[in-house]
Amino acid sequence: MPRLIFERGGIILADNILVMEHITKEFPGVKALDNVNLEVQRGEIHALIGENGAGKSTLMNVLSGQYPYGSYTGTVTYEGKECHFKKLSDSEAEGIVIIHQELALIPLLSIGENMFLGNEIKNSLGYIDWDKTYSEAEKHMAQVGLHESAQTLIKDIGTGKQQLVEIAKAFSKKVKLLILDEPTSSLNDEDAKMLLDLLMEFKKNGLTSIIITHKLNEIIYCADRVTILRDGSTIETLTKGVDDLSEDRIIKGMVGRSMDDRYPAREHHVGNEVLLEAKNWTVHHPLYSEKIVDDNISFNVHKGEVIGFSGLQGAGRTELAMSIFGKSYGTEISGELFIKGQKVDLKDPRAAIQHGLAYVTEDRKTNGLILDESIRFNTTLARISKVCKNGIIDVDHEVHEAEQITKEMGTKTPSNEQKVGNLSGGNQQKALLGKWMFAEPEILILDEPTRGIDVGAKYDIYCLINEMVANGKAVIMISSEMPELLGMCDRIYVMSEGKLAGELDVKEATQEKIMSLIMQNS
Amino acid sequence: MNVKAKDFLTKYTMVLALVVVFALFCFLTNGRLLYAQNMSNLLLQNGYVLVLACGMLLCILTGGNIDLSVGSVICLVGGVAAVLISNMGFNPFLTILLCLAIGIAVGVWQGYWIGYVRIPPFITTLAGMFIFRGFGRLVLDNKTVSIQNKAFLNVFTSYVKIPGLDDNVCYSAIIVGVLAAVYVLFSTINSRRNKAKKGYRQNSAVADFGRSIIIAAVILWYCYLLSQYKGIPVMMIWVVAICLIYNFITSKTAFGRYFYAIGGNEKATKLSGIDTNKIYFIAYANMGLLAGLSGLLCAARVGSVNGNSGTSFEMDAIGSCFIGGASAYGGVGTVGGVVIGALLLGVINMGMSIMGIGDSWQYVVKGAVLLVAVVFDVVSNRKTS
Repeated sequence: MPRLIFERGGIILADNILVMEHITKEFPGVKALDNVNLEVQRGEIHALIGENGAGKSTLMNVLSGQYPYGSYTGTVTYEGKECHFKKLSDSEAEGIVIIHQELALIPLLSIGENMFLGNEIKNSLGYIDWDKTYSEAEKHMAQVGLHESAQTLIKDIGTGKQQLVEIAKAFSKKVKLLILDEPTSSLNDEDAKMLLDLLMEFKKNGLTSIIITHKLNEIIYCADRVTILRDGSTIETLTKGVDDLSEDRIIKGMVGRSMDDRYPAREHHVGNEVLLEAKNWTVHHPLYSEKIVDDNISFNVHKGEVIGFSGLQGAGRTELAMSIFGKSYGTEISGELFIKGQKVDLKDPRAAIQHGLAYVTEDRKTNGLILDESIRFNTTLARISKVCKNGIIDVDHEVHEAEQITKEMGTKTPSNEQKVGNLSGGNQQKALLGKWMFAEPEILILDEPTRGIDVGAKYDIYCLINEMVANGKAVIMISSEMPELLGMCDRIYVMSEGKLAGELDVKEATQEKIMSLIMQNS
Repeated sequence: MNVKAKDFLTKYTMVLALVVVFALFCFLTNGRLLYAQNMSNLLLQNGYVLVLACGMLLCILTGGNIDLSVGSVICLVGGVAAVLISNMGFNPFLTILLCLAIGIAVGVWQGYWIGYVRIPPFITTLAGMFIFRGFGRLVLDNKTVSIQNKAFLNVFTSYVKIPGLDDNVCYSAIIVGVLAAVYVLFSTINSRRNKAKKGYRQNSAVADFGRSIIIAAVILWYCYLLSQYKGIPVMMIWVVAICLIYNFITSKTAFGRYFYAIGGNEKATKLSGIDTNKIYFIAYANMGLLAGLSGLLCAARVGSVNGNSGTSFEMDAIGSCFIGGASAYGGVGTVGGVVIGALLLGVINMGMSIMGIGDSWQYVVKGAVLLVAVVFDVVSNRKTS
């Protein structure tokens, strides 16, 4: 429970270690945070929850100085002082330590070396004092209950212990406010419980923690208060013992928004022919092949149909799509794939493209576009044979085709010779879509097609999807925005932790139903 | 400066640099650089660099990867050729084919490790650099072997001589020059007419014709100089053919475009249905072939091969690529640029040699030019983006 420290005029004021007020942070074309407020009391475990893209990580990056003072508006008050953090080390010097979902440890260095990386213990001559480094390291490791030699390499310990190393590292920096971003996402249940128990143990000693998580049961287990973010705004803060802190209540806060006409109307004309069907599709992680990323998943999509895949990050949706698209993700892929009723074995993306598949990646900069090349170059890349004669490119023809596609997509650019990297996010997304439209797919897989782009561009992309299915194609859409799926799809598959958690017809689907399917299975 | 002039400058920086350096050395050597003999030799001396650089460009395009082994391959292939022809009396034409096959085999060996096992190219070709140098010396038995076989030498080092036509002045050179110049002009007209017919967008007529007239003029001038010396060297035919073929592949074919795509973004390229492993493999297999050809060119031009033949030739090829605007991160570079880069180095070498400045200073100047060219490239790119 929060410690109540002083009284003024009969009103009990809480002892806030951190107050963030009116935080607004904009990226080009997107408002990631809009007037967000967060109050954290000394010695509590404060949970921050919200859908993907709600702004949780952005808010923490503002706090830690990852986004420097001046790049956002609003005030951050920590320990009663207004903070102007310019970089990460500024906030760490004040005892604010953030532990990211992807651990920032170097696998080939020892635990001790990792703990004091950039902060090495030196002797009077300026050399690293290894004896002291390792004994200090082991002292902090004992604090978190990690009984290993400090000289063990990071790669030789499991993820759970690596998480503990991060926390021990935070202690070595004299942490007062510990921020954990999805600390349990890569842990099994047992390790996760141990970690949460450890946090509650630290709380007794006066440590304040902020924990970002998707797992509602964990919040109910350990959090004193919960702040819910949605679409970059604070919705509410719930307090244990005061408010109803149940899963249903939290879900309602997370999704409770109304649907308006952000989606173009479409007549639903789902054909009878099944264009693509996957049966018992199972995919293992490419590096840790014992880990199952997609477990026994079966789904299908008809001619003229839009199906959606809903789920949280790490549910295995992207991995499912990429493994189907010519095994471009994963190992030990098993299961059967049918295209128009014919069993197929798509051994690489080339085969997938030849069978009429297209995969529009969620990560257009790394997996989608060649940023240093022109729109024209990118447009024709996936099916350059269309503008070739005997392997020789007819550049004039290519220029012409690229202009057609750019016009159809409504990509705003001074010329098709413009480097794709110079376009705005929304126009890059249109260029990427154009590239796959040029390949003339029958089955279009869209992975987060509207991530990080403005409302106008979103609408254009929705119209394109409608046009595709009106022409008898099929669209598979992966999205973390539930309203988008509800607005666009005919059917929605819900995935959770690599498993299919359910299938909903759009007529019966609601955000609450989807969210509870996800939560029941996690 | 207005936008047009700026565009023009960034596009033709290296061409302008070549013109400036050329003019400078013409002045410093009191015009001796322009002698027909020197101009003819300029191409012959740098023929092997141009051939190597075409192959190196493909490797560099895939992501700034280089091939360190080409100097050693030149020694190995040249050694095999010399030993087979001079010591064992082999048929020169069979020898040439065999040597090219050895080049390809070396390339396939390295390409396999790089493309399919994903061993870093730097390490694979560093290993190749040692291995093939060793094999080369074994073949030569650590001796210098000279090649005197006329048939072999004629394939690479003779001059085109048509009896009756080339007796006094080599008119064949002038005829070839005129034909090439006419072809350049005609193809420009043709391409513009085609575009107009199909209603595609055109460049401005001044830009198109200005460019082709200058190219045609340079060809005519150079061929005139050749006609004043010994005529068209056969080696030039080899070199020009290789440059034209690789220019065509990189700029006009789908296959060539894949090299740029991989260098730009390998993941995206793979997801676009392109077999990226194969492209790496071919880049290095092809480098082996061109290193083999280069080995033959060098052996024939020098007339002998020893255990140190070809040492550090790879660096000339790599330097030409980077001076010619290829990106050290891959995805950017043209054969035209590489030719300019190689010629720039060649002109500096030759100019300084004529002036009697020693090897040591030539190295210093070459290094400085390389650094300046790349710094300029990086800085000007940073400003535009």
